[in-house]
Amino acid sequence: MGTTNSTLSKIPNVEELMQETGFTPAHIVRLYDRFEALDKEKTGLLRPQDFGAINRLAMNPIGDRIIGAFFSPGQETVDFHSFVRILAHFRPADKKRPKDPSMPEPVNSRTSKLKFAFQLYDQDKDGKISRAELLQVLRSMLEMQVTEEQLESIADRTIQEADLDKDDAISFEEFRKSLEKVNIDHKMSIRFLR
Amino acid sequence: MSVRVALHSPSGSRSFLERGLLLLVILILLEGTVLTLGAASSPDIGAQDNTGGHDHRDDHRGIEGSRGNTNYTYTKKAFPVLSLDYHHIQVPFEISLWVLLASLMKLGFHLIPRLSSIVPESCLLIVVGLLVGGLIKLVGEEVPPVLDSKLFFLCLLPPIILDAGYFLPIRPFMENIGTILMFAVVGTLWNAFFVGGLLYAVCQIEGTYLSQVELLPCLLFGSIISAVDPVAVLAVFEEIHINELLHILVFGESLLNDAVTVVLYHLFEEYSGAGEVTPMDVVLGVICFLIVSLGGIAVGAIYGILAAFTSRFTSHTRVIEPLFVFVYSYMAYLSAEMFHLSGIMALIACGAVMRPYVEANISHKSHTTVKYFLKMWSSVSETLIFIFLGVATVAGPHSWNWTFVSVTVILCLVSRVIGVVGLTFIINKFRIVKLTTKDQFIVAYGGLRGAIAFSLGYLLDKDLFPTKTMFLTAIITEIFFTVFVQGMTIKPLVDLLAVKKKQEAKRSINEEIHTQFLDHLLTGIEDICGHYGHHHWKDKLNRFNKKYIKKCLIAGERYKEPQLIAFYHKMEFKQAIELVESGGGVKLPSAMPSQVSMQNIQPKKLPPAVAERALPQFTKGREEEIRKILRSNLQKTRQRLRSYNRHTLMADPFEDGWNDFLLKKQRMIELEKKMTEMSNYLTVPAAPPDSPTMCRARLASDPNAFYNIKASSDGVPTIQVDLASPQSPDSVNMLNEFSKRGATDQDLGQREGADRDEDQGLMMKPSSAGKEEKGEEEGGNKNPGLMRCLSDPGPSNEDEEDEPFLP
Repeated sequence: MGTTNSTLSKIPNVEELMQETGFTPAHIVRLYDRFEALDKEKTGLLRPQDFGAINRLAMNPIGDRIIGAFFSPGQETVDFHSFVRILAHFRPADKKRPKDPSMPEPVNSRTSKLKFAFQLYDQDKDGKISRAELLQVLRSMLEMQVTEEQLESIADRTIQEADLDKDDAISFEEFRKSLEKVNIDHKMSIRFLR
Repeated sequence: MSVRVALHSPSGSRSFLERGLLLLVILILLEGTVLTLGAASSPDIGAQDNTGGHDHRDDHRGIEGSRGNTNYTYTKKAFPVLSLDYHHIQVPFEISLWVLLASLMKLGFHLIPRLSSIVPESCLLIVVGLLVGGLIKLVGEEVPPVLDSKLFFLCLLPPIILDAGYFLPIRPFMENIGTILMFAVVGTLWNAFFVGGLLYAVCQIEGTYLSQVELLPCLLFGSIISAVDPVAVLAVFEEIHINELLHILVFGESLLNDAVTVVLYHLFEEYSGAGEVTPMDVVLGVICFLIVSLGGIAVGAIYGILAAFTSRFTSHTRVIEPLFVFVYSYMAYLSAEMFHLSGIMALIACGAVMRPYVEANISHKSHTTVKYFLKMWSSVSETLIFIFLGVATVAGPHSWNWTFVSVTVILCLVSRVIGVVGLTFIINKFRIVKLTTKDQFIVAYGGLRGAIAFSLGYLLDKDLFPTKTMFLTAIITEIFFTVFVQGMTIKPLVDLLAVKKKQEAKRSINEEIHTQFLDHLLTGIEDICGHYGHHHWKDKLNRFNKKYIKKCLIAGERYKEPQLIAFYHKMEFKQAIELVESGGGVKLPSAMPSQVSMQNIQPKKLPPAVAERALPQFTKGREEEIRKILRSNLQKTRQRLRSYNRHTLMADPFEDGWNDFLLKKQRMIELEKKMTEMSNYLTVPAAPPDSPTMCRARLASDPNAFYNIKASSDGVPTIQVDLASPQSPDSVNMLNEFSKRGATDQDLGQREGADRDEDQGLMMKPSSAGKEEKGEEEGGNKNPGLMRCLSDPGPSNEDEEDEPFLP
């Protein structure tokens, strides 16, 4: 406990962070250790190349998108707070949360998780997944084992299935609706972030 | 539709006659069975029969000269034109008779529809067994102890377990492996000790006259009775269509508790003689448990890998491919049993390990064969087991003791409930998706006991366990209680509690893509966090699998895209089946192959699926293709195996017959793509490429029909095709145009002819033109796949309606 406290004291605004994200002190410390491990140059900030140093991430088909998600548009560095905030999306949702409409949606609720995933698709941030963006994702996931023609028809089919307002793109609502049967809480939670 | 209706006039006299005839046949067979089976009064029928048989073969062998002499001393009677020699064929005859009885029973139950929906099949079969046993006793013969442990464990149980293991849905199983193991190991231990201990305590009470029952026999009894039985669980759960999670929990538990049961059984059996168990023995017991379970799995995995490796080389001898699957698995089971390891776990491991590789290697027909044989054997086995249970109940020496039996039944229930609730409380701390009270109730209520418990009890040595008959009686009572009471009431309870049922609808394309995306995302996040979680290990395993194992175990170039080609075929099958079942099939005249069998099969799933789906039905085929492409090619090889259900065989029966038809459809699809590029004569934006195909297919079968594709309620684009419109001749004309174009003129000419030949539906004419077209699509990969699908001519070529497509 002693080390936890001392580590916690090193982090500025840690109370606010815990409040906002719902992480326990133990989690924060663990994440801080990881942050420091990634931050090889000890600048207190992470850069894309620090993420790129994670080998396994390089093999991930959407690895670069994930890395990009950590950095707000225009920024080239991410500090610990933002790091934790992004990771807070993956905390398992709290079961017994009272539905208080006045409070903002907690960051690990189903909607927030979906929104995070949606933003990974929607690279140009226009609020819709266009056919081109979908094709990009499919291309990276299907690893060139499928012909371009098949990719196109898959993308067509996907959009056709989900697109309710016929604008040839998938909005967030449509995205959410198409995943209503999937247990997002299960799929998008990491166990140790409990 | 009219023809179909005619064949299905259920209330008509015709089915009544059928039923009557069948019942009559059954009765006759019962009589015959009873008489012949009664005559065989020993389990070692084989041994006895050999001596019987020898009597008649003495003249050949010259054994027992006196006997032999009867053949040499001529009594000058007439040459026996016809003679009855029952003993000669007694054993196989009886076995066949039992199997036939079992199968007829199965048939019979389904003729009485209301009965099978109220009472689960297992109950009915036990009742039949009771009847048969009763009849045998009435006749005066001694009832054969048919549930002989050797027969049971070596012949009846393996097919069921192999079937379960081969088709085990790996993903849900692995996701819940922690929970399953907890229930299987800790739960069974708890049950065994609770029941055994309390029974001993009860026996010690004055007034029950049971004080001669020692502690160790009680514990042994507890361990026998506490194991959930996979056969019973399968039989009952199959019919209630419960959601995948619960199914896999209970079923997985029933499979994995075998190791615990084996260890406990042997432990207590060994030391019942000695009379006491020291702590050292307990430690040894724990070690034994680890060896038994891990050893069993290892043995199974080794045989599985051997089978996979063997299947790599079978491309020239396709006919015996299924044999490898069966023989290797059976040998895995026997090898495990030889070392007293857990045979069930070996079998499961073998089936699960070999499946992905074997399926990539063997031909389509072999795959079908394996599937059908496994289901057939396991079905027959299961039926036989329940019948034998009934017979054994009538036969076995019983010693009824009210106290013991009733206490057993109550204790089993109580311990199961306490065990499940307690364990769930602990497990829920580690699960993301918690188990609700409803889930717990179903898990507890679904803990059925079955024939394994009986067989284990039967194996007990009478000298060591003087109370063996009492045990057996109690075991049988418990089995009856769980199967009848719990088995019959679980279905209404599931409905009452509104437990989530199995999700019938397949996942949409969106779901597939997005869930894969999320998997990648989670893996990435886990890497960033430096956390070796669930996804990390799965990903690692998949990479290892792809990189090394698949290269070894899968033949040829297929390891790169093992399923894609075979998938195109499957997609075609489904498309064709939809086509036929949805309405095209009705109009198909007698020229169509296997028409009658098709019409007899009701498209159970299709109408509701059509109504539910928001999207046009005829794009289903394309959707299937996309689905499968995603499944096989998205980086993680996710095996979304549907949960095991014997009822899922419905759609497959016509696979083989549709070979050529489907390839033809494939051509049509390719053609359609080109056509939509050319012109949009279907006035719908972004129409799926194969929609005109289906239109034309329908057109070909009946141009006058008006097909209204179901409109969805939420406004997803639907494609209404009015085939009666003047567009139809245009579509044919398009074909004509195409026919002038490319290399496929020969093909088109034929198809055109086919289209005009309305009465003959879609003709299947072999043509090599399609091969080229397909080749353009898939590049070099088509050949191995197609050849694999078509290289297996099957045992005789005459069976095929049309010859294999390619020369």
